[in-house]
Amino acid sequence: MEKKIKVLIAKPGLDGHDRGAKIVARALRDAGMEVVYTGLHQTPEQIVATALQEDVDAIGVSILSGSHNYQFNKIMELLRDKKLEEIVVFGGGIIPDEDIPSLKQMGVKGIFTPGTSTETIVNFVKENIHK
Amino acid sequence: MNLVEEALKGNYRAIARIITMIENDSPEGIAMMKELHLHTGKAYVIGITGAPGVGKSTLVDKIIEYLRNEKKKVGVVAVDPSSPFSGGAILADRIRMQHHFLDEGVFIRSMATRGSFGGLSRTTKDAVKVLDASGFDFIIIETVGVGQDEVDVVKFSKTTLVAFAPGLGDEVQAMKAGIMEIGDIFVINKADREDADKTEMDINAMLGLNPKKNGWVPIVVKTVATTGEGIKELMKQIDLHRDFLEKNTSFLYEKEIYKSEMEIATILKEKLFERALEKTKAEGGIRGYAEKVASREIDAYTAAEKILDTFKCCSN
Ligand SMILES: Nc1nc2c(ncn2[C@@H]2O[C@H](COP(=O)(O)OP(=O)(O)OP(=O)(O)O)[C@@H](O)[C@H]2O)c(=O)[nH]1
Ligand SMILES: [Mg+2]
Repeated sequence: MEKKIKVLIAKPGLDGHDRGAKIVARALRDAGMEVVYTGLHQTPEQIVATALQEDVDAIGVSILSGSHNYQFNKIMELLRDKKLEEIVVFGGGIIPDEDIPSLKQMGVKGIFTPGTSTETIVNFVKENIHK
Repeated sequence: MNLVEEALKGNYRAIARIITMIENDSPEGIAMMKELHLHTGKAYVIGITGAPGVGKSTLVDKIIEYLRNEKKKVGVVAVDPSSPFSGGAILADRIRMQHHFLDEGVFIRSMATRGSFGGLSRTTKDAVKVLDASGFDFIIIETVGVGQDEVDVVKFSKTTLVAFAPGLGDEVQAMKAGIMEIGDIFVINKADREDADKTEMDINAMLGLNPKKNGWVPIVVKTVATTGEGIKELMKQIDLHRDFLEKNTSFLYEKEIYKSEMEIATILKEKLFERALEKTKAEGGIRGYAEKVASREIDAYTAAEKILDTFKCCSN
């Protein structure tokens, strides 16, 4: 069997909107990837524990609640602790432009603000994961 | 790190890596399975199948909770179908199991069916074996009960639960698919719905038509997975079935033999098929023959026989 790209789509934070996350999940599926979707209100700890057990290649984090700096920082820290740095982390949602450089600095590979086409995201994942 | 050694010690990272290798059919993964096999056979494997949306994952969530209260380590393999169009999949069973993500005694792995030639069966079974060797007391396999592959996977477990929900009208479908024969325990979930009693009657009526399974009389349990109602009774019945198997050692032994026979057959089929692909490469692979069948030059039986003939000479 051929190798497949496996992506965890995670939805941390308190807001209850996962439409964007679901749209991205479906787009990745339609591009032939295997997408683990775990539902709303995930903590960084839950996200990283899931990524480890599922052995994913990438984590896509969808955040609307404005807590992105904290969430991403924590996720990146936990990934380092567990020696899972090779997992590609990307994010989407309402993220102000001025926050993007510091997120990139933390190691978040891609940030997609509202209006980004799913095609852009699919291509990003394909380009950043080598299988 | 030595993945096999680490997995045997219960290292989650190692377990996860090995399962991926098996999914990707890597030779290293297969070598590891050879080592791990000798350490398997200790876990109690529960299979759960049923139509989409009947509440299988929610049931699994509650079963995990019950077993964790008993201090048992629990592994879960949740299988969702791959899209036949893109080959991708959305694996969403975890949504119902969130409470257990941070529990050190629970390992959950989602897998896609990935399609053809019994591949699902082998990779799923191997994932179960990895968990078994890694010291999990219970392993739960969730599959959507639609095709033969799913039925096969469930045959791999010691106790098989077939789940229904009222009002879906899937009982007849289940009977057609041969699902009534594989269940040791029939769960009517969503028993909070009003037509649950009717579903129970329908299922009991269908079970009446089935021959008894070597002395075990399949039973029906009603549950409300969302609240946990009926889970205790379900677990009691699973225990009773386990006792039954353990007392009927010859039956259990036959089950093990049968399971191993299926495993060998699956691997053999895959290998033979791979071999056939190799041997026919010169003629354009199976496709080369398919073209001849499509143009009515030869028929499919003759094509298959011709391919088999290529095995005859120079067997290596
Ligand atoms: N009313 C009611 N709803 C339930 C019950 N059990 C599960 N549900 C709901 O049924 C829906 C499907 O539940 P799942 O556990 O995801 O079902 P599933 O069989 O695993 O679904 P697939 O894996 O997609 O085939 C969810 O919205 C659950 O909350 C129940 O006992 N009563
Ligand atoms: Mg499910």
